[in-house]
Amino acid sequence: MKKHYIFFLFILFSLGNITFAQEVKELNFKELKPYLNKNTDTVYVVNFWATWCKPCIEELPHFLQTAEELKQEKVKFLFVSLDFASHKTSRLIPFMKKHHVYEEVVLLNDPDGNSWIDLVNKDWSGGIPATIIYKKEDRAFHEGQLSYDELYTKIQSKL
Amino acid sequence: MKKLIITAFSLLLSLSVFSKGYSPGDKAIDFKLKNIDDKIVSLSNYDQAKGFIVIFTCNHCPYSVAYEDRIIALDKKYKTKGYPVIAISSNDAEAYPSDSFEKMKERSAEKGFTFPYLYDESQEIGKAYGATRTPHAFVLQKKGSELFVRYIGAIDDNTQNASAVKEKHIENAVNNLLEGKTVKVDFTKAIGCSIKWK
Repeated sequence: MKKHYIFFLFILFSLGNITFAQEVKELNFKELKPYLNKNTDTVYVVNFWATWCKPCIEELPHFLQTAEELKQEKVKFLFVSLDFASHKTSRLIPFMKKHHVYEEVVLLNDPDGNSWIDLVNKDWSGGIPATIIYKKEDRAFHEGQLSYDELYTKIQSKL
Repeated sequence: MKKLIITAFSLLLSLSVFSKGYSPGDKAIDFKLKNIDDKIVSLSNYDQAKGFIVIFTCNHCPYSVAYEDRIIALDKKYKTKGYPVIAISSNDAEAYPSDSFEKMKERSAEKGFTFPYLYDESQEIGKAYGATRTPHAFVLQKKGSELFVRYIGAIDDNTQNASAVKEKHIENAVNNLLEGKTVKVDFTKAIGCSIKWK
């Protein structure tokens, strides 16, 4: 009986872990906005992407590698998925598992892009990938793919 | 030497024109592009048109797919009023095999597109217009033989759910033009799939 109990606990614990790793919050832009304006001494890297976006998928390894290399530094990554909310469990979460995305992922479910694209950055046309790198008021915006070197340099310059 | 400088200068100038694309009010160029029925389509072929709803789109992009039925509806509604839809794919088919000319033919047949679906293989038209993503719409008004850009941007304000749309941006723009008014909202932004340039 005791053995069963431990086994049950173990299952519960691992299930809990899996769910935790896969949790993806769905936010509208108003809810996302605080993530784009944090006032701490951490460098925030916010990447707008989607599982269907080929150039996004191509640059993703650069982000994951940089995150791994800078994990001792005050850098935080946030991946803002623009996948349709209806594809969250069928595409987004399986994709994150497959590609070992352990950084924070949120799904921006706010279909009127025109109401918030300019609030992310005036220079953004709406194409993805797009990336913001900021520390307090020191902000950089980039639309299009980033190479590993570009990304690393941009983050380093703010550390 | 002088000639070289002039050439270099004009090259620079044309490059800057290319990268900028159109703004509302600009004069738009006509084009000759291959349609999915293998015929060449040019806007000058449309004698009766008062203008055009030009939409840069493609097969592979979920945002484009989400709009396919709405684009068909737009064409049905406005073709008879003088504003037919002209769909163009400028995407690099090597990067996205599902955007090849053959696949464009297949998709058009599957969905029963009522409008031309043109292949901008050289990507010149997409660049000239300043299309950056799919779908990316341009409403053109015809004045004599000239074309003027009257609206650039999103089709409406809800990509994911057609029944939750509040602002039908293209319809509003075309309705304004049909009523002889200036277009109230002539520019919007939207999320879309970046057009892949060669």
